[in-house]
Amino acid sequence: MTSALSITRSVGCPRAAFVDFPLGHTTGRKNEPEMQKRLIKNALAAFRELERPGEIKLLGERWSDDEGWRENPMARKEPENDEASGDFRTPRRDTPQYQLAADRAEAEEQHRHGGCGSCVGAE
Amino acid sequence: MTETQQARPVDYIAETRATYDGLGYPPYQWVENEGPPPWTPAEVPLEEASVALLASGGIYQRGQRAFHFKDDASYRVIDTSVSAEDLRIAHFAYDVTDAREDPAVVFPVEALRALIAEGSLGSITPQAFTFMGGIYSARKVREELAPALVERVVDQRPDIALLVPV
Repeated sequence: MTSALSITRSVGCPRAAFVDFPLGHTTGRKNEPEMQKRLIKNALAAFRELERPGEIKLLGERWSDDEGWRENPMARKEPENDEASGDFRTPRRDTPQYQLAADRAEAEEQHRHGGCGSCVGAE
Repeated sequence: MTETQQARPVDYIAETRATYDGLGYPPYQWVENEGPPPWTPAEVPLEEASVALLASGGIYQRGQRAFHFKDDASYRVIDTSVSAEDLRIAHFAYDVTDAREDPAVVFPVEALRALIAEGSLGSITPQAFTFMGGIYSARKVREELAPALVERVVDQRPDIALLVPV
């Protein structure tokens, strides 16, 4: 599945299903399980429908009546960045970026006696 | 539906080029693969097929190490019986607000389980694989991460694989 049509075309993959949603919602809108299920079902149907390598199925879901999300689709507000620079990108830190501080403590506890086997390449 | 009926999809390649130009950086190098991609017919009906899930949205599970943001080519193994409350997100290249509230928007394990329950999909492999797709080294992906993931996925013996990039 993809929400970036031009990138998927450039990379080339055997089959794809295009979801025309803002990045970060490849498999649906939040808290809409029925809609998420419908999207996945329609995407998986591409396995029996598509017949040519590289073909892309367009899933006909619409994000919203307001098409404003298509303007500046990559601009994200990063409080640490200097807005005047126009650089909205997140600093590329090379240490684990936990969602919650508690996650760090839990991961450290889990790895106290060695690797957990499920963080491959990060232990 | 044909492509022409769709409202103009965002061209992220053009957007990224414009951003890099604006910052005075050299052009971003996209992967461009020439020629038709490989093709394996999907012979098992979806109602009987086992699906493997791979997602690049920076999903990790409580107790696992989070991804870092500097060419992190590591991956996480997540049991597909996982509870949504135990899933977390670490990624620098998209707005993670909604994914943190409902990880199903980038890691659809619940939707796959629901499709299995209603009989329209056969099964899901015991393990899913996740990584943080903001890796600037195409070489690292091609030579390290992708082959490692292929090996792990093939070990799960799926009939089909669902890739969920962001």
